[in-house]
Amino acid sequence: MADMHIDHKVLSDLREIMEDGYLQLVQTFLDDSERRLGQLHAARSAVELGAAAHSFKGSSSNMGAVALATLCQELEDKARHPPLLGIEDLINRIDLEFAEVQRFYRAEHHRISAG
Amino acid sequence: MADELGLTVLVAEDGAVDRLLLAQIVRRQGHEVFTAENGQQAVDVFKARRPELVLLDALMPVMDGFEAARQIKALAGETLVPIIFLTALNEEQALVRCLEAGGDDFLAKPYSAVILAAKIRAMDRLRRLQATVLDQRDQIARHHHHLLNEQRVAKAVFDKVTHSGCLDAPNIRFLQSPYALFNGDLMLAALTPSGDMRVLLGDFTGHGLPAAVGAMPLAEVFYGMTAKGYGMAQVLREMNAKLKRILPGDMFCCALLVNLSMQRGAVEVWNGGMPDGFLLSTGGKVLSALSSRHLPLGVLVAEQFDDQTEVWPLAPGERLLLMSDGVLETADDQERLFGEQRLRAVLADNRNPALLFDELLDALQRFGGRARDDVSLCDIRMLGAQLPQPMAMLPQDLGRCSAMDWSLSFDVRGESLRRFNPVPYLVQLLQEIHGLRSSAGTLYSVLSELYSNALEHGVLGLDSRLKCDAPGFADYYQERARRLQVIEEGYVRINLAVEPLAAGGRLKVEVRDSGEGFDVQQVLAQPLPEQGLSGRGMALVRRLSTVARWTEGGRCAHVEFIW
Repeated sequence: MADMHIDHKVLSDLREIMEDGYLQLVQTFLDDSERRLGQLHAARSAVELGAAAHSFKGSSSNMGAVALATLCQELEDKARHPPLLGIEDLINRIDLEFAEVQRFYRAEHHRISAG
Repeated sequence: MADELGLTVLVAEDGAVDRLLLAQIVRRQGHEVFTAENGQQAVDVFKARRPELVLLDALMPVMDGFEAARQIKALAGETLVPIIFLTALNEEQALVRCLEAGGDDFLAKPYSAVILAAKIRAMDRLRRLQATVLDQRDQIARHHHHLLNEQRVAKAVFDKVTHSGCLDAPNIRFLQSPYALFNGDLMLAALTPSGDMRVLLGDFTGHGLPAAVGAMPLAEVFYGMTAKGYGMAQVLREMNAKLKRILPGDMFCCALLVNLSMQRGAVEVWNGGMPDGFLLSTGGKVLSALSSRHLPLGVLVAEQFDDQTEVWPLAPGERLLLMSDGVLETADDQERLFGEQRLRAVLADNRNPALLFDELLDALQRFGGRARDDVSLCDIRMLGAQLPQPMAMLPQDLGRCSAMDWSLSFDVRGESLRRFNPVPYLVQLLQEIHGLRSSAGTLYSVLSELYSNALEHGVLGLDSRLKCDAPGFADYYQERARRLQVIEEGYVRINLAVEPLAAGGRLKVEVRDSGEGFDVQQVLAQPLPEQGLSGRGMALVRRLSTVARWTEGGRCAHVEFIW
């Protein structure tokens, strides 16, 4: 199931690169993502929405969350070219996709802290 | 994966995840990493740590990456601090802004360690190249400064040397660029003890310091030997030998040496490789071209060197115009040369020779549009009377031990007559006598006159009446040279006797030759002007010495100086 949400090539590269810092990276991603998601929901203008989507897209792609990054890209594009038709639906899909990614990385976090 | 570069790298990125990841990628590649969370922090860290490379997110809070890039580039100045922008590559406008703000490259997310490593290496190459270029530029600037300083010092030294001559004499006008010395051009002028004016215009091959270095010994020989009264041939031989000895094979010195004798109303010329000089009438007409007949100085070994000079009559008010090849080779914007024809046209158009110098400069200016820095030009006007003689170089002793009662006989025979001129040696010797020091010039003039009379009219049997007009003048000196070449016997004997008198002393000079003699009474009976031109210089000798008479049928001249 994770294959749809996480690019495992990126993931194995991350593990190798981060070495002992992998756990910290995962923790940072989990914290940072919740903040970004909050910013998405709290955005009061297309510009704010686009900026939040842009940042979220960057970290998602770096963490191998390819589907999430793609959705964020869509949102960033839409925010830049109003009207914001179907934007609610897109944000909902981002929420759902993030829930998958979050589940995966929480498991990673648990596995490594335990291991 | 660790790399050998070991750079200091600033990672400026507002996303905590991306910053953490990127910093780790860069660190793993062997670099030291500083981080910043926004543009302002990035600028502050740059100021404090001076990283060698910057990875900069374009969109950041507080100050964005574009402004940070501009400030960092400004702070870096001439040093190349490569900036790699962290941005998606699908937005044309953003890419353009990155480049305009000073970005050198881009990196897209997700970050690839392999691509980033390659980019850092590429940027490091650029950085080093720029550093090398700057370093070499600074080195060149330092060397240039050093060179200019050396030239300044060399010029100061050389100016002292050249100004010891008489280039500032009232009858000489010259133009020489301030740094002509470093173009290899050389202009020297000095008076001989008998008041002749000698001018050398030289042009060394090559330029810069090597040319200037050769000029020093040349000037030394020129001044030293001219002051001591050596003839043109001896000075030329010594200059040639010296340059041949010290200059590398591909270096030599074109030279035009002239000797203006006011007493004889003549100019003696030797031209080796210089452009034609011109002898101009008082009306500005070209009387003769003083063309090169020899190889430059420093080319031939002594045995092959030809010191043969040409002699032309030169009346007061007539002029010589001498120039370096910079005059003929002045080029216009189409690279056409000024050339001989245009020079001749300027000479032909001239009506007042006093203005010729300026007319020629004007013509060069009009033609080339700008003055070249290697044009040397010299205009010398013949004078009716001698210039004040230079102060003789006095030896430092006070003359207490100078011998006052002695005599000496000096014979010059056969082949030695061809090249050897004993007068400078004898005058040098007489300088030992304290009472005679102030009259070195007079002694020189009288001895020279007597010696050349004895040689030319006595030993060689030349008729001074030949010199009555300009063609005859030339014939006379050609004949003189021809007879000298084949001379095998004959002599000139010089006796000097010094004796003390109550207050000072007396010098008796006898100059005797192996020639036919002449009718003393008849020559002395001639009116003075004729004595002047062809009268064996007897008027001059009589004027300058206390006692002057001729015995033995004109074969022996007696002269006395009393002080």
